[in-house]
Amino acid sequence: MNNKFITPLEASDKVKKSIAKRRAKDNRLKLYGRVAISLAVCFLLILFYSIFSKGYSGFFQYYVTLDINFDRERIDPKGDLSDNSLFDGEASKIVNESLFSIIQPQGRKAKKQAKKIVSSGKDVRIAKMVKNDPSLFGTTTKVKFALDDDIDSFLRGYIKRETPESERRISNKVIEYIDKLNEEGRISYEFSDYILSGSASGNPEMAGIKGAFIGSMLTLSVCLLIAFPLGVATAIYLEEVAKKNKITEFIEVNINNLAAVPSVVFGIMGLAIFISIFGMPRSIPLVGGMVLALMTLPTIIISSRAAIRAVPPSVRDAAYGIGASKLQVIFHHVIPLAMPGMLTGTIIGMAQALGETAPLLMIGMVAFIVDVPNSILDPGTVLPVQIFMWADFAERMFIQKTSAAIIVLLGFLISMNALAVYLRKRLERRW
Amino acid sequence: MFNFYLLSSVLLISLIFFFLGNNRAKNLVKLNQKNLHSLTHYYGVYSLLASLLPALGIFFIFTICDDLIFAELIKKHIPKEVVASKDYNFTIVLAQINNSVEGLIFGTPPQWVTNAAEIWISWIHKSQIITVIICISTALISGFLGYKKISGNFRSRNAVEKIVMSILAVSSVIAILTTIAIIFSVVFESIRFFALIPYDEFLFGTVWNPQFEGAERAGSGQEGLSQYGAIPLFAGTFLISIIALCVSVPVGLFSAIYLSEYATSKERAFFKPLLEILAGIPTVVYGFFAALTVAPFLRSSGSIFGLDVASESALAAGLVMGIMIIPFISSLSDDVINAVPQSLRDAGYGLGSTKNETVIKIVLPAALPGVVASIILAVSRAVGETMIVVMAAGLAANLTANPLDAVTTVTSQIVTILVGDQEFESAKTLSAFALALTLIIITLGMNFYALHVVKKYREQYE
Repeated sequence: MNNKFITPLEASDKVKKSIAKRRAKDNRLKLYGRVAISLAVCFLLILFYSIFSKGYSGFFQYYVTLDINFDRERIDPKGDLSDNSLFDGEASKIVNESLFSIIQPQGRKAKKQAKKIVSSGKDVRIAKMVKNDPSLFGTTTKVKFALDDDIDSFLRGYIKRETPESERRISNKVIEYIDKLNEEGRISYEFSDYILSGSASGNPEMAGIKGAFIGSMLTLSVCLLIAFPLGVATAIYLEEVAKKNKITEFIEVNINNLAAVPSVVFGIMGLAIFISIFGMPRSIPLVGGMVLALMTLPTIIISSRAAIRAVPPSVRDAAYGIGASKLQVIFHHVIPLAMPGMLTGTIIGMAQALGETAPLLMIGMVAFIVDVPNSILDPGTVLPVQIFMWADFAERMFIQKTSAAIIVLLGFLISMNALAVYLRKRLERRW
Repeated sequence: MFNFYLLSSVLLISLIFFFLGNNRAKNLVKLNQKNLHSLTHYYGVYSLLASLLPALGIFFIFTICDDLIFAELIKKHIPKEVVASKDYNFTIVLAQINNSVEGLIFGTPPQWVTNAAEIWISWIHKSQIITVIICISTALISGFLGYKKISGNFRSRNAVEKIVMSILAVSSVIAILTTIAIIFSVVFESIRFFALIPYDEFLFGTVWNPQFEGAERAGSGQEGLSQYGAIPLFAGTFLISIIALCVSVPVGLFSAIYLSEYATSKERAFFKPLLEILAGIPTVVYGFFAALTVAPFLRSSGSIFGLDVASESALAAGLVMGIMIIPFISSLSDDVINAVPQSLRDAGYGLGSTKNETVIKIVLPAALPGVVASIILAVSRAVGETMIVVMAAGLAANLTANPLDAVTTVTSQIVTILVGDQEFESAKTLSAFALALTLIIITLGMNFYALHVVKKYREQYE
């Protein structure tokens, strides 16, 4: 048995002996905490580094400068600048001729290979230029064309010169041509004019995020227009109007449950209810916005309720005291005071909706759509889904483009969250 | 466009009634020198609502009902031979007619489809005219009735407030409607699925190999190829969640302890939002990170040790998911630890214990229910997470406990099955709904359990 009494002197001796060990234990816990936090921050930094280091170069791409003779007869045979006429024109041929005059390919096969150096969007580019500025006709101007994505990858060093020709995506001949172009100083590395203003495209060098970005904005505005009024009205009703009874309790439980439902389930609901039962078309921002609105509703309701609860009862009592009715108290006093909190919650909810992918896949916003959507009823896609789609493509250049799209998305999310923090700081009131 | 014009004209009419009502109330005050019950603008708002709401209600009823009525009426215009034929399916016929109504014509449709479409279009015109007449006249008549009511004794504020209150009440019902919609959409399709596939085969089968019936029929004579045993999916979900927890629980918990007990307030104000950034990053970005950075890294480092890591492995998805749910654990636990009353700590210090002893022996046990709840919530987050597993975990339904293999999860199967066009009748499509049902049950169960833990084991201080 060990329960003999010890004198205070012995006790303090014991404590003294153990104290170093206990202190060490304390420091160890502190160290674990520090390690844990630095690990988490490390993860964050690695994530951002890997995205930014790849994505930075996604905003740039290689161009080749060619002298183009804007011959009206050949580019615009009907002479009316209509799409039809420009389509019939020989813009690509002119570009190819200009290219051939520099690199001088011999034989049909070589010519065929050489044609592929310049991106297939060359004729569209010329058509756009003459439409914007018809005075170009009759002149010979230097024009920059995007290089094909394989050439781009080669110039970036992803396709190595040392690799045997049979395993390389571009042939020795083409490398020779590129060297020639490089010697003449015709190849340049510049800010890409496709990434921000182009739409979805199978050719990575011409792919851009404009369509997805506009789709995102349309979807988000539908989401905001539905979720904000509904969320705020629900919060007001539950906090200020409703008596605490079984029904309101049921509504509250429901809202908390909705917040816990995985996002993909909202997509299934959208598919089964909006598309299958109501017969709405697939892929349109309207349905996407509705699904996202239902998904963000709990976030908005919960934060709005917190904001309403934070308004002190004395404000209400003062208003009642001078004869305001219940609704006047709510709409003239409580809501204006709770607005900053409600807005913060709404912005955070919108940021969530902007980054959400899975439910939109379910309702078909994953279709390959080249046109930029003009209204909430046009089929479209959104930024996160575009990222998901690009991440699946095999071409090397899409990795950079995907990262660039992620940077744009993260930029928006961070500024939305910063706005929420700013609003909270700026408009916060202490009672 | 038609709807837009109609709605704006209804709105215009009700706005006119607002001004009329407002003026009438003002005039009453001026002429009779009498005190009205409410402020004048309440009379205006009352007239506005009186004209707007009934018209809107009728408009929505009309727009929802007309397609249904047309679909019922069009049945008469389908020739008897077509109805009698063997592969007659009304849904398909209706879709054909609707397509040609919208001008989407594929090939040459039979003559009767074109005729039916023409009849349909004429109905649309008629119903548009009827809708316009009824909506506008309702707006005018009910607005006028509301306007007529305005007199000194009429309590317009009370009436307006009653209407606004009911609008507020109705909007709070949307949350319930959403839940009902989710449950209905999932449960009904699941019942249809379980009519095709027995539920014990679904819950306890060990092979997951869904195929479209069409593919089977046309396929290489491999009858009965489809197998819907969901155990591999549950196992995959479980494996990935465990890996995620192995990352996030230690990191999250130690961060929470450090932030709430050791960190200075400056450190706390800096690191807490920094960790919360992790929760704000879209999951598709995590998926991209997992698939293009983490998975190749694991693969190449695995080959150094002679391990064969699949290019889409549970480990990559689990690790990245673990990073994602760190803030769920750290933030919630931090709040809970902070909520432990200072008096408990002071008592510990008073007895001569070090900080470590106070934290481990006093604060953590007191905060345990909250910490457990935060972990359960993080797990339910991990189970429901979709994009990371879709992009990084693969689609092979392997029943394995090896984290280096490719596995698949409930959510990623739902996505693969439901993305793109699907035939709604097939067992494959329906299986996604059954998976969704189990997913909902699991996540909601965890949510309830977490709340229950917090409620039951919460120590009552003060």
